[in-house]
Amino acid sequence: MSEVITETVADATQMNMIQAINSALDVMMDRDPDVVVMGEDVGFFGGVFRATAGLQKKYGKNRVFDTPITECGIIGVAVGMGAYGLRPVPEIQFADYIYPALDQLVSEAARLRYRSAGEFIAPMTVRSPFGGGIFGGQTHSQSPEGIFTHVSGIKTVIPATPYDAKGLLIAAIEDNDPTIFFEPKRIYNGPFDGHYDRPSRNWGGHPDAQVPEGYYKIPLGKARIARAGEALTILCYGTMVHVVASTVEEMGIDAEIIDLRTLVPLDIEAIEASVKKTGHCLIVHEATRTSGFGAELSALVQERCFYYLEAPIERVTGFDTPYPHSLEWAYFPGPIRIRDAINKIMKD
Amino acid sequence: MTDHRDNQRNMPPLTLHVPEPKFRPGDVADFSDIDVPAAGVTPRPDETAAAGSMRDLAYGLVRVLDDEARAVGPWNPNLSPDVALKILRSMALTRAFDERMFRAQRQGKTSFYMKCTGEEAVAVAAAHALASDDMCFPSYRQQGLLIARDWSLVDMMNQIYSNRADRMKGRQLPIMYSVRDAGFFSISGNLTTQWPQAVGWAMASAARGDTRIAATWCGEGSTAEGDFHSACTFASVYRAPVILNIVNNQWAISSFSGFAGGENTTFAARGVGYGIASLRVDGNDALAVYAATRWAADRARSNAGPTLIEHFTYRAEGHSTSDDPGQYRSADEGSAWPLGDPIARLKAHVIGLGIWDEERQAAMDLELASIVKDAAREAEKNGILGHGMHQPFETMFEDVFEDMPWHLKEQLDMALGEKKAAGL
Ligand SMILES: Cc1ncc(C[n+]2csc(CCOP(=O)(O)OP(=O)(O)O)c2C)c(N)n1
Ligand SMILES: [Mg+2]
Repeated sequence: MSEVITETVADATQMNMIQAINSALDVMMDRDPDVVVMGEDVGFFGGVFRATAGLQKKYGKNRVFDTPITECGIIGVAVGMGAYGLRPVPEIQFADYIYPALDQLVSEAARLRYRSAGEFIAPMTVRSPFGGGIFGGQTHSQSPEGIFTHVSGIKTVIPATPYDAKGLLIAAIEDNDPTIFFEPKRIYNGPFDGHYDRPSRNWGGHPDAQVPEGYYKIPLGKARIARAGEALTILCYGTMVHVVASTVEEMGIDAEIIDLRTLVPLDIEAIEASVKKTGHCLIVHEATRTSGFGAELSALVQERCFYYLEAPIERVTGFDTPYPHSLEWAYFPGPIRIRDAINKIMKD
Repeated sequence: MTDHRDNQRNMPPLTLHVPEPKFRPGDVADFSDIDVPAAGVTPRPDETAAAGSMRDLAYGLVRVLDDEARAVGPWNPNLSPDVALKILRSMALTRAFDERMFRAQRQGKTSFYMKCTGEEAVAVAAAHALASDDMCFPSYRQQGLLIARDWSLVDMMNQIYSNRADRMKGRQLPIMYSVRDAGFFSISGNLTTQWPQAVGWAMASAARGDTRIAATWCGEGSTAEGDFHSACTFASVYRAPVILNIVNNQWAISSFSGFAGGENTTFAARGVGYGIASLRVDGNDALAVYAATRWAADRARSNAGPTLIEHFTYRAEGHSTSDDPGQYRSADEGSAWPLGDPIARLKAHVIGLGIWDEERQAAMDLELASIVKDAAREAEKNGILGHGMHQPFETMFEDVFEDMPWHLKEQLDMALGEKKAAGL
């Protein structure tokens, strides 16, 4: 992990993703008095997923506070606080509830630096749990990252491990541009192999759940090779990194799994190097297919690696329907869909 | 530019006010500061009176049942015994239904449930005051509307279990019903979206010269959403025949009503700024809810425009099966709540009238529990969540559009292939 910048060398502790996120917020609130945390139920209660637990008690209500239930208001207020000079970290309780905030995010936060020629900036980090696999129905399961990657001026970050969650969140908070930080809630408490009918695991004993107590950051725009391999490149992020990894293991195929970590700005070098090496590319995300981020990845790989490709690029995604409640596991892009795509790519 | 610090030299530093509820876990709840006007004292204006002539009502509290559970004052709806007993029965059935379905979730038969305990009057009495074909745009906590309109409990449970008889085809989170035949709009998981929709329905009804009106509900926390304000603006501008109900149950998950502005004014007062007739009502008094709703319905039907009603009540249980209110509020708030329990109050009233007694109440409670139990058994025959894939995979792709485009047909084929591969 040479790209990791660590200032304080601290002992690593076992943390799940929630604890790692909480620790990142704690570290940053401690280091920078401008950092404020706000959102529905984040204060006294510490968030419906407990990600902000204990912060209000430690840093006071001026810096950690509950908000009215208006996502548009939350982001608008965060723009104003940023204009004053604070560094807001608003939480949107579920990514599915971010849509009322779109105008403030798309028309305001994303363009403030540009339209004021840098006079004003919006250095906010919008945290929000996203993705399915928890029987949340259509309003607690969506993966709307493609909506934000389409907007110029917003960075989009998605961690896949507790270690990355902390390091990336710290980098996002320090970053002076507005960043959407989507947290894959299916893996808050443990990695997920995609087999819904097997007992769920927790992060206990997982090497990527060893998280330093202190400050460190993982630069935005740097991918992680989750598994090195020669046969094909699999581009993925969030929950799907784990589903892909276990499927690859089950198939016994020597795939290179790239955990993108940041969608915008994208680590194009890592992608190019890997695809040129393997000559095969699979893209996996849980979000709907049409105009999803996979389409962008597919276009980039085609533009830059066409003469190296030995088979057409494949995409494995969620279906182009709302996220169904009872057929959740028929919808979810699980091991079978991934295996079929790998077999298709590798058939010759 | 002058240095802003020069200007500030002799000024006190600004402070940020962050609301804090009066009681937290472990505190003794004491609501003696809540102003509860006596039943019967609030005047009742004519249904067509100008909104500006009744602003006080937004700061008062319409109450009909007094401390002895007698119906008093100008808002007394003088219900026939039949209607009063039907409201009592529907409220009790709603509570029994909630108990059973909460337990079903705990037993792993479904993923989620939300009770409306303590708030039964808000939906049940309103349903009785509306015409049966008036259109309701509810939030997730108005199951009492369906029960008061005698909708099938088995049908509701099928939805909760996401089973093969679920008319919503297992697509929606439990309790997100849609019952067109009962004038009950499809519930959204996204807060307050139903408010402008109700106004639009009412505007359409008015534009067409219809006689039906619309009613909508949201929690006090949800009044912060922009959609709330869009709805009020449209309702006011077009004098839409709509009833806008705010259910102020004091809590929005862990956030008390102060985070929706409740420290500074009433929720009914929101309507005053829009020039909308606004009533604040004892939401645990079924007769008051009935009377206010009937007043608002008559106002809408006489083209006098919308009414906003704040129902002052208390969320007696957790927000949902995912919530633990012991983490953030005092456990004895519910019992200290000054407006009592809506079922107990209406029961005392009908007993006082001599048309009901404890024996009949006890017999009814037993009967309702067994009705609910039988319905649950019936619904469970159609399957429970997670025990098999109850819906054909085709249903996942239907209704995205009226006609299925090529890409969804392709994806359906893929899904069917995966089903086969999984041996399902
Ligand atoms: C747009 C949106 N934001 C946030 C949520 C998450 N959420 C669900 S219910 C709720 C609290 C609502 O409280 P209130 O309006 O008072 O209604 P109550 O639950 O008390 O009936 C919140 C924040 C949501 N469903 N939709
Ligand atoms: Mg509420």
